[in-house]
Amino acid sequence: MIVASNLSKRYPGGYEALKDISFEISAGQMVFITGHSGAGKSTLVKLIASIERPTAGSLVVNGQNLSALRRSAIPYVRRHLGMVFQDQKLLFDRSALDNVLLPLQIAGLPRREAIRRASAALDKVGLLAREKANPIALSGGEQQRLAIARAVVNRPTVLLADEPTGNLDSDSAADILEIFAEFHQVGVTVVVATHDQSWIERYHPNVLRLDHGRLVA
Amino acid sequence: MNAWFSQHRAALASAFRRLWSTPLNTVLSLLVIGIALTLPGFGYVLLDNLRDLGNNASGVQQISLFMNLDADKKDIGEIENRLKQAATGKWRFVPKEEALKRMQASEDMAEIVASLPRNPLPDAFIVEPTNSEPEALEILRKEIAGWPKVAHVQLDSAWVKRFDAFLKLAKLALWMLAGIFAAGLVAVTFNTIRLQVLAQAAEIEVARMIGATDAFIRRPFYYYGALQGALGGLLAAGLVFGALTLLAEPVGELAALYGGSFSLRAPGAIEVAALAAIGAFLGWLGAQLSVSLSLRKFD
Repeated sequence: MIVASNLSKRYPGGYEALKDISFEISAGQMVFITGHSGAGKSTLVKLIASIERPTAGSLVVNGQNLSALRRSAIPYVRRHLGMVFQDQKLLFDRSALDNVLLPLQIAGLPRREAIRRASAALDKVGLLAREKANPIALSGGEQQRLAIARAVVNRPTVLLADEPTGNLDSDSAADILEIFAEFHQVGVTVVVATHDQSWIERYHPNVLRLDHGRLVA
Repeated sequence: MNAWFSQHRAALASAFRRLWSTPLNTVLSLLVIGIALTLPGFGYVLLDNLRDLGNNASGVQQISLFMNLDADKKDIGEIENRLKQAATGKWRFVPKEEALKRMQASEDMAEIVASLPRNPLPDAFIVEPTNSEPEALEILRKEIAGWPKVAHVQLDSAWVKRFDAFLKLAKLALWMLAGIFAAGLVAVTFNTIRLQVLAQAAEIEVARMIGATDAFIRRPFYYYGALQGALGGLLAAGLVFGALTLLAEPVGELAALYGGSFSLRAPGAIEVAALAAIGAFLGWLGAQLSVSLSLRKFD
């Protein structure tokens, strides 16, 4: 599903965020990317989401080699990817439902079908009752759940999250993690970058541990 | 295909919403665009009317050929032959008796004519040349003036020339004016779209992140620019109509003073549509330039 070979990322100015890492994540796996702050977790997530490009090595996601991808092909790669960020990147000028509808509008789904699926996604994360609320009126945990609903509404094969519980209290964080586990159980590949060690003890996922840009486990 | 259509409809709806959601900005932009289009639009209508006036006065573009008073039937036949050979267009012989009769028919002149001891009028030809170019008319006038027993050839060519030159100059000035205002319109759209892009930065960033193509992101802005331009064009058409309505009466009075009936012709549906289309095109162009530049920072 996701295969990295000798992957490196060097930023302009010479800082090397990832150094020659190789790994393979197969379909349906739940993988945590861990490591200290600045270890390269976010860089790896950005490379998988093709927000940034590798400077060396190759990264294949869903059979697409991202290093050789044309710029115009990037949107279609991202549509198979559900992305959840630490700062949820919700839009506060529209309702919760409209936030979840956005990926479906981009995919060009008929509106009726889109609303049906968006409602189902909101139901899945327990926010159906708040579909008309503006995200600003939701708690931190609810906002993150809304972000997850938006990420999964397109039924992606990979759910990719960067520190999704970074801003949450432990109860909300546990909720979020439980939702990820549920998606994993129905066959979605889940990749979560986090520095939170407590999760690992609880879910026993596969772990990619980064240290100063190198893979150590 | 269906998805394509629904995405375009959504982009158009979103453009309408954005126009509607900031009414003050929208009204101000429309006024700027409307006024920018009004000036060349009004100039066009005015020139169009002047050209009509010139065409109506095409009777002026005839050559009057007056014979010597002592010219006889043979001389007239000679001129007829020459006119036939020159094949310059329509011509008509006006014998002096007919000219006198016409004068008697006119009330003011009847008395004067009656007091004349004999007919003072010459025989004449009125030539309407097919080629009414001022240069060609002038050449023809010179040629005719050289024919035997021709006393005088009259051509209001100076007036025709001046009018023609004026129209040409006015047309050129109108094009320059239109060019300047078109550039202004593009600049206005450029700026409003730039502000729109800044205001929608969050949405653009999120949409990119979840797989929106460039076309998806750009489309609403194109519609916005084109819609704004088209509405500005319609506003301009309205302003032109308003100006013509205000001018109609004074123009009518002026025409009456010159003994004619002339009324300003208002632009037709096609011209209004053209104005809206030009506005839409220029708005789209401004949006295109603006979006291309403004979206670079999202890469």
